[in-house]
Amino acid sequence: MAELPDRATVVVIGAGIVGNSLVHHLADRGWRDIVLLDKGPLPDPGGSTGHASNFIFPVDHSKEITWLTLDSMRQYEKFNTLTTCGGIEVAREPQRVEELERRMASAKSWGISAELIGPQRTHELMPFLDPGVILAGFHTPSVAVVDPLQTGVLMREQANQLDALHTAANTEVLAIETTDGRIRRVRTDRGDIETDTVVIACGVWSPRLARMAGAHIPLTPAVHQMIDVGPIPELERTNAEIAYPIVRDMDPLMYERQSGADLEVGSYAHRPILHEPDEIPSIAAAALSPTQLPFTDADFDPQMEQALELFPDILGNPEAGIRHAINGLLSLTPDGGPLLGETPEVRGLWSAAAVWIKEGPGVGRMLAEWMTDGAPEIDPHAADIARFYPHQRTRAHVRARANEGFNKTYGIVHPREQWESNREQRLSPFYTREVELGARFFEVGGWERPQWYESNRELLERYPVADRPHEWDARWWSPISNAEHLAMREHAAMIDLTAFAQFDITGPGALEFIQWMTVAQMDRPVGRIMYTPVLAPNGGFRSDLTVVRLGERWFRVVTGGADGARDLKWFTGNLPVDAALHADVSLHDVTSAVCTIGLWGPRARDVLAACTEDDVSNDGFPFGTAREILVGSVPVLAMRLSYVGDLGWELHAPFEQGAQLWDALYAAGRPHGLVPAGIGVYGTTGRLEKGYRLMGAELELEYSPVEAGLALPKVKSADFIGKEAYLRARDGEPIATLCTLSYGGTQRFPQGGEPILTTGGERIVDRKGRGSHVTSAGSGPTLGTYLLMAYLPAQYAVEGTELTVEYMGERYPVVVARAGRTPLFDPDDTRMRV
Amino acid sequence: MDVLVCVKRVPAFGAEVVLTEDGELDTRHLGFTIGPHEECAVEEAVRIAERTSGSAGVLTVGPPEAEEQLRYAMAMGADHGVFVEGTGEDPQATAAAILAALREIGPYDLLLFGNESADACQYQVGARVANGLGLPVLAGVKGIEIGAGEVTLRRDVPDGVEVYRAPLPAVAAVAEGLNLPRYPSIKGRLRAKKAPLHRISPEAAPGGLRTLRLRTPPGIGTETKVLGSGAEAADAVLSVLEDLGVLR
Repeated sequence: MAELPDRATVVVIGAGIVGNSLVHHLADRGWRDIVLLDKGPLPDPGGSTGHASNFIFPVDHSKEITWLTLDSMRQYEKFNTLTTCGGIEVAREPQRVEELERRMASAKSWGISAELIGPQRTHELMPFLDPGVILAGFHTPSVAVVDPLQTGVLMREQANQLDALHTAANTEVLAIETTDGRIRRVRTDRGDIETDTVVIACGVWSPRLARMAGAHIPLTPAVHQMIDVGPIPELERTNAEIAYPIVRDMDPLMYERQSGADLEVGSYAHRPILHEPDEIPSIAAAALSPTQLPFTDADFDPQMEQALELFPDILGNPEAGIRHAINGLLSLTPDGGPLLGETPEVRGLWSAAAVWIKEGPGVGRMLAEWMTDGAPEIDPHAADIARFYPHQRTRAHVRARANEGFNKTYGIVHPREQWESNREQRLSPFYTREVELGARFFEVGGWERPQWYESNRELLERYPVADRPHEWDARWWSPISNAEHLAMREHAAMIDLTAFAQFDITGPGALEFIQWMTVAQMDRPVGRIMYTPVLAPNGGFRSDLTVVRLGERWFRVVTGGADGARDLKWFTGNLPVDAALHADVSLHDVTSAVCTIGLWGPRARDVLAACTEDDVSNDGFPFGTAREILVGSVPVLAMRLSYVGDLGWELHAPFEQGAQLWDALYAAGRPHGLVPAGIGVYGTTGRLEKGYRLMGAELELEYSPVEAGLALPKVKSADFIGKEAYLRARDGEPIATLCTLSYGGTQRFPQGGEPILTTGGERIVDRKGRGSHVTSAGSGPTLGTYLLMAYLPAQYAVEGTELTVEYMGERYPVVVARAGRTPLFDPDDTRMRV
Repeated sequence: MDVLVCVKRVPAFGAEVVLTEDGELDTRHLGFTIGPHEECAVEEAVRIAERTSGSAGVLTVGPPEAEEQLRYAMAMGADHGVFVEGTGEDPQATAAAILAALREIGPYDLLLFGNESADACQYQVGARVANGLGLPVLAGVKGIEIGAGEVTLRRDVPDGVEVYRAPLPAVAAVAEGLNLPRYPSIKGRLRAKKAPLHRISPEAAPGGLRTLRLRTPPGIGTETKVLGSGAEAADAVLSVLEDLGVLR
């Protein structure tokens, strides 16, 4: 066996589809001296790549996952390891038919050809299926099966041809050593390799490897059961690996696919069966492979009956036996998404874990881009391993959510659906008050945030709000939200914003650092609030946040709870490495020290004035500034800005005095008509009326600040990340423009992700191939309309243009109400500046 | 005619048997099964029952989990199952339990056993049961033909085949190669899942064998040797094949 090199640019651990794809793409991007290790033999080292069912259904509601899947399909096709067979997701229940209509909408949004078909047509395509059992089918002709093991071999070959790769199979990693939080060395049973970059692509074993370096990869191995039934003469006769479309029997959470003479039946319906990464058997001790555990048939029996019901003839054949049955291991994460990117704990340690076969090659490319250019082309929002806060990386959290999430694999998941397990992890000091007020809590970043308050139900008498007639549209929603919004616009509202992530940047180098990180001019007087985009090197949106200058060498960054963990990683990851410079600037996470209430509405000043002796007049406390005031004995950092478009402040207080602040405001405010309001107002209705963009919805790497309408009037002279691309984008015409659309339907309400089409129903695609789709949707109660946001190419981004949106199988009229940034509500922003 | 097959719940090992610190089997990731000889016995019983319009029963002596193996055999086509409570570890006790069970459910025309269990390999239970019933028994059986009131049994011996004829009822301990056992069908599996079992708790008769502990002998395990790659490896491969005697 060839000697292991003692030095490498990067060590990739794990030679499954992800590791192989990554080394291939790194080599393509010019990386050399790449080492790929695996504990097992090649080409099948024994991980999940070796036993997966290997089929790909491209349509997903997530744009990011769909993109990864489509890219993967192109790559498999290029390596000639893809066989197109088509696929049909079938519905047995009426609710699933609606879900298939949502699938159709997503297919259109992402540009994938698909059709809704009836039982007879489904039967024609898959003649062994009993059409009497189903109501409808969602047919995607491009569904395919792939050979990930062969693809891996070919990918390594390509890297070998570039003389970029050293592959070592049967090599076990014993330790991953770090110095000062950076990767230094990988120790194996065949020698040590010096390196500063390690990628863990070890599937179900990944947490174990990460722990060697002191990091977390929050996933758990979980069982997915599969059986092989054959020989089935009807299938044998085709003489093909696959000649019929794959069927996903969505309601019983199963699938059936031909594999030669056999029909493979897989299930996501059985009880969640979780394992521990440390207890997966060794290759030698495993009867089949370490990730193919003994079948527990009692778990599968109910599924067998369902499968027999759908395929009575071929599965009822007494000559066809269950030839193979496994409890295959796959990776489950707390939110079901992949775990990609550099770990927040260790610099140079990357995760490429929790990836399905259908995304493997795409993930390899995405990570290679990320590792080479500092950012991938497509926003890795929902895949970034840094999205998890510390409590979300724990075993307890991972297992709780994996238990809950497993049966959602084929489930109908509402876009606003809340998790039930392991809640109440992060509670603001206002929590008990909110519970008393009947708050309905939604979770963000582990925080419990009131979405609306049942105690405000009486507001509906004063502010009549039409209910949503359809249960799906009304799920996880309440008309009370709109009433809270209207009460805020008329009087005032207080909103719990404690979920903000906040970090202080201090030291002699603080200004230089914050300038480098942000687009807006940060060299402003102490007390100024700066709203700013944060860009990736490619000029795409990395984040948008607020910075307040609290001292000459002291800046506080305030960012959303949903993205706080990613933002923290982005900022800390960009801190100077050099020890001397390091001493110049330090970053301190103060999230857990600060609680926040947003106080907004035309009466906000009256409310605040009633509980502070400080000057809160417009002259004494102008818009865009921040300073400390006293509310009783509570020192409050008051920041005069608004995300809802009304006069008011964010009031930041010491966490432990939160209850004092709440009570003071509440008592002072009630005579002025103050109501507590939920995040439904802050995040949706107030925001949409003002056309404010939301990170992860409108703002993402694929669109530039210019397209988002967030280019600032001036460009600061200081250098910043993404400046070059930003300047280029400013010079050119935007290819798409973010628009706010007024929706004409009254019975159904799109929820986001739906395709925006022409009045004739044609897809709208810009010059870069990006399809127009709804990025945010919600009521504009003051405007009296329902609002959608979408990027539109120039010819459509004209106010008054009539278009349509497809939702649940119907098209509804929309009108471009605003192209660009100017708010529909209070376009001059006078309300918040008075 | 009525055939009864006796099967044993045994672990389905990988290449390496993993033991706990106190010398017991580490069963965390072990599947359980019946041995390959017993699979052939079940297959044979099902075929005989089909041919003679008789019945094929399956019996196990073991812990409650062994019900899983009974149902597997029934999914292959056995039409009734008999669960006899016991440990299944000591051949003397197991045979006694089977004899006690047969007094309750018996008689059968043909009793089939696996030649030896896949884990303990003591080759005893079939012979002990036959002795207890005073019936003829043959081990290593690889062919069974049913005649009028008799059975013809065949087994391979070095450089030949032995054929025996015995009056029914009789006992045979069969060996892999007797037939090609089928996989259970889905319908078979669903039928087996719901089928009632005959449960028997015989007086426990202690046997004479006791397991002290298990130990992994040193030096057992597979070794991979890379002979070379590409055309250069051809000579080395040839010489290995010659050593193995597969080339003449």
